[in-house]
Amino acid sequence: MTRGLVTRLTVIAVVVAVIVLLGFSMTDYHRGLGARVGIYFIAILGLNILIGYTGQISIGHGAFMAIGGYTTAIMSNYHHTNLIATLPLAFAVTFLCGILVGVPSLRFRGVYLALATFALAVSVPQLPLKWSKWTGGSNGIRTFTTPSNTWLYEVTWICAGLAFVAAWLILRGRTGRAFRSIRDSEIAAASSGVSLPIYKTLAFGISAAFAGVAGSLFVLVTNGFAQPNEFGVILSLQILIGAAVAGLGSLYGTIVGALFVGLLPQLSSDAPLIGSSHGQDVVFGLIVILVMLLLPNGVAGLLATIDSRVKSAIKSDPTAS
Amino acid sequence: MLGLTRKTKVSTGASLPVLVGLGAGCLFLLIGSLSSDIFAQQTVAGLAQGAIFASLALALVLIYRATEVINFAQGEMAMATTYIGYQLTLWHVTYWLAFFLTLVIAFVLGVVIYGVLIRPVQHRSVIALVIVTVGLFILIDGLVTWKWGADLKFMQAPFGNQVYHAGGVSFSRQDLGVLLVSIMSVILLWVLFQFTKLGLAMRAAALRPAAASLVGVRVDWMLAVGWGLAAVLGAVAGLMTEPTQFLQPTMMQAILLYAFAAAVLGGLESPAGSVVGGLALGVFLNLVGQYVGFATSELRLPIAFAVLLVVLLLKPTGLFGRKQVRRV
Repeated sequence: MTRGLVTRLTVIAVVVAVIVLLGFSMTDYHRGLGARVGIYFIAILGLNILIGYTGQISIGHGAFMAIGGYTTAIMSNYHHTNLIATLPLAFAVTFLCGILVGVPSLRFRGVYLALATFALAVSVPQLPLKWSKWTGGSNGIRTFTTPSNTWLYEVTWICAGLAFVAAWLILRGRTGRAFRSIRDSEIAAASSGVSLPIYKTLAFGISAAFAGVAGSLFVLVTNGFAQPNEFGVILSLQILIGAAVAGLGSLYGTIVGALFVGLLPQLSSDAPLIGSSHGQDVVFGLIVILVMLLLPNGVAGLLATIDSRVKSAIKSDPTAS
Repeated sequence: MLGLTRKTKVSTGASLPVLVGLGAGCLFLLIGSLSSDIFAQQTVAGLAQGAIFASLALALVLIYRATEVINFAQGEMAMATTYIGYQLTLWHVTYWLAFFLTLVIAFVLGVVIYGVLIRPVQHRSVIALVIVTVGLFILIDGLVTWKWGADLKFMQAPFGNQVYHAGGVSFSRQDLGVLLVSIMSVILLWVLFQFTKLGLAMRAAALRPAAASLVGVRVDWMLAVGWGLAAVLGAVAGLMTEPTQFLQPTMMQAILLYAFAAAVLGGLESPAGSVVGGLALGVFLNLVGQYVGFATSELRLPIAFAVLLVVLLLKPTGLFGRKQVRRV
């Protein structure tokens, strides 16, 4: 085993241990918050596969979260399906939706793709309002049972762990190489035999499926209600912010991105300097801007910089060799 | 990186089929307006609404051409400057003086935002640039809600509430005024870009920054002026939205989405395209809302974006965009 791999495995083991230990020691309220962080973790992971590894920008992942969330709520409400069983179902449904969205997006590139997916983020939450007979309109639709925060914390982080391993396995092999080659140059990828249509739609499908699972957990964490308001444009933007803070093209910053968007709005609502209920947005906006000005490549970029500094320090140190 | 590579060749202009299609659309509107009063009324109201979309879409295009960023905060900047105008009228400044003062303030605001927030990240990461504008969106929203509160505010009506009648058709003076002011500001901007040295320098700085700086154009300043002008257009859109939507922190959010749609319809690179896109979208939405029973108000945004997606599928760079040649 190389030294880098050992370090990474150690870091992962420490993070897993912290998550497990926190699960035992936290209050019920904080377990709810922890579950939210886990949900953002899954969604950011999915978005990173698409933006960071395949180079396709999406500002519409809130839409896939909405589809996943409504899948869970509708199945549970009408058919009393076991909540755990709705998760793979949401995964499958949003995977198909992602493929469907991926097909037309083959024609768009760059900014146009970003805005087309943004259209999705805006339009999908409006649809339950139109067909309110089945979806409960703006009141939303509620799952048949609502789980406890402890259940949520456990299920969310188990899903997050599975998602992380799945993402790692997908990205390290043939598929991951194909994704990265598309990101770096589509023409070069195509001329080396990578099928652009297959891999681009696949990336969309996988990424959407991750968001879908996150969405159905998101519904459970909001007392089992699937409501159009909860899945607004802001949610899509939050996931994007999380992915940017985490750093694109690396999985190791994801936890920081998830903590950032999961906890910062809660923390900044207690910010003393403004002391009104609107201080939250001011502080959150300021910090988002500052982080991007200081770390344009996110936490992963910071880690890479530190890594290369350490390596060059070791190299230049004659006693080390 | 990320598919947003710099273009090596840019040219704009609509192709013949698009121009023919637009001509046919105008003819259809004209015949419809002559044969039905309601149709005429809806068309004018749609044009007024579309003119607002067009101003904001043009602001987006200006910024996209200058700095290659989609400015998510454009609507919130417009909203904030409208609140400044409101504050001025509270201090007993007359409406039209407040209007022009607001435009000046908006210009300064735009220049400052470019200098402080955009320039530092401009060439470092496309995603970082987008996220900075998203952060600005959240920040401005928070600041305005903190200062003025989230409840509705009212300004005096700039055009009065009169209604004109012409052959059974009634036009509200407000719609006509909004249309006139928006179109005037667009024309003034066009004159600035086409017929002044400053406009020429700005176009040069946006299209060929390196070459422009070699012939003595101060590129950074030109880009800053571009942001300032975009903020001014946004302020016009905001002030013209106020008579129908009244003042609230969320007033420009839906309009920004329509402006996105309009700008992409027009091709993102093309100022003329964004104006045509905005007007067409406004009229189209109004007519569909009037005559198609299925299209209830909840579907207004989805329909706008469905149109956008269809147009993009047919012409992936918008109606007025030309295919760009990219370096591999």
